[in-house]
Amino acid sequence: MLAFRTALTAFRRAPLLSVLSVTTIAFSLFAFGLFGLVALNIKNALTRVEERVEIRAFVAQGTAVEAIATAADEIAKYPQVAKVDVITQSQALERARSELGEFKDVFESEFLPASMDVKLKPGFRDPASVKAVAGQIQNLDFVDDIRYGEEWITQLYRLRNIAGVVGAALGIAFAVVAIIIIGATIRMAVLARSKEISIMRLVGATDAFIRRPFLIEGSLKGVLGGVLALVLTYLAMRTLEQYLHFETAFFDRRMAFVGVVFGALMGFMGSAVSVGRHLRRV
Amino acid sequence: MIRFDKVTKTYPRAAGATALRDVSFRLGKGEFAFLTGPSGAGKSTILKLLYMAERPTSGEVRISGYSSTKIKQREVAELRRRLGIVFQDFQLLEDLTAEANVAFALEVIGAPRATIPNKVARALTQVGLASKATALPRELSGGEQQRVAFARALVNDPFVLIADEPTGNLDERATRGIFQLLREINASGTAVLMATHDLELVRRTDYRCLELNHGELVFDSADAPRIEAEVE
Repeated sequence: MLAFRTALTAFRRAPLLSVLSVTTIAFSLFAFGLFGLVALNIKNALTRVEERVEIRAFVAQGTAVEAIATAADEIAKYPQVAKVDVITQSQALERARSELGEFKDVFESEFLPASMDVKLKPGFRDPASVKAVAGQIQNLDFVDDIRYGEEWITQLYRLRNIAGVVGAALGIAFAVVAIIIIGATIRMAVLARSKEISIMRLVGATDAFIRRPFLIEGSLKGVLGGVLALVLTYLAMRTLEQYLHFETAFFDRRMAFVGVVFGALMGFMGSAVSVGRHLRRV
Repeated sequence: MIRFDKVTKTYPRAAGATALRDVSFRLGKGEFAFLTGPSGAGKSTILKLLYMAERPTSGEVRISGYSSTKIKQREVAELRRRLGIVFQDFQLLEDLTAEANVAFALEVIGAPRATIPNKVARALTQVGLASKATALPRELSGGEQQRVAFARALVNDPFVLIADEPTGNLDERATRGIFQLLREINASGTAVLMATHDLELVRRTDYRCLELNHGELVFDSADAPRIEAEVE
């Protein structure tokens, strides 16, 4: 309780320094947050594209509808498969017509083959899994041809992997920069109170007692900085949406909470390191 | 109560800097002793070894049952609660009043809150500053600020008061006042070890005097006759 009061007193005693450290924490987390938002939206976009990965198995002319339906049920039982749609010849024609728009009149008869459109579950949309499922389906003797845009999927996954690696590297870099900056600000706060710390030590306060208010102060600053960063990130996103007419996703509650906790943790650790170093020296 | 046994202290970073060499002495309960010598003679090092801010390179410091060779960090805090320490530069917190500065020493060791005001008032009365309890350090003279520092050092009823040049920043008049205060503190049973290079002050009294030069104890008035320093 005393530690908590001391931490609050520290805010009151050095308001400028406190505001400075909260702002610094907020801005370094803001940079991290903006990056996170970009990463999140790229990931969402890729997921949406990925959802369009499907295998289309064309059925030989004259195959009985029942045979196709039975096969479709079988395929739907594969662990990788989310859903199988059977497209009859007339449905295929309809689809071609609607996709071609003004040229729809060029088709007159049902010359397009029937097909089974297989959607895969998330996690099985990578090139290897798609190829494996396609191979299994191709083994059915009435399947004439199978298409799944092999090249396209490979490209998509390459892009996804690059985005993942670049994202992780940038994320770590941003986090490290944020930790260094936050550590430096808290170090300033500790130095500003070095006299108080040395007096505490001289009169016999334990290191744990001396450390406690700094840890509370650091965590509080981290929480405040985190909340402020969240607000700034949200405002930045809204501004972008307004001027670029760009629909973006924001962090959900869990992610926002994790962000604030991350701020608190950085404040806590920054304080622990700074006070620890200071205590070893005096 | 305090015993230095062949204590040598060298600082590894400063090349060849031996701050103390083979220093041995004892200080009894309730005793008053001066620690004199030129700057850099090792006075402050002796005091730091006493409150265990430094440990000897060799030899042993014993104080009130604690040994420098065995003491743990936690016990250092316990030991300091039983010491009073005063410096030349007062070491007061500028934004706290005199009484808050004194109370601070009790709060940070977790003293029961109800007992604090009484103890603070008593300590301030002891140093003659009861009427200035609510003044900020900058509103006090140097001598008065040093008295606040003394009140803070005394508030825990220490068995020894360690004073590092407590009159170094004070004028003649304030020095006399502080010295008088030290005598009173000693008369009430608290041992006093005071580092000073004010030889006038030392000569005026017949208290014990330990003289250091280049890290060696060259004179102890308890072992008189005087051993002449073999320097300069």
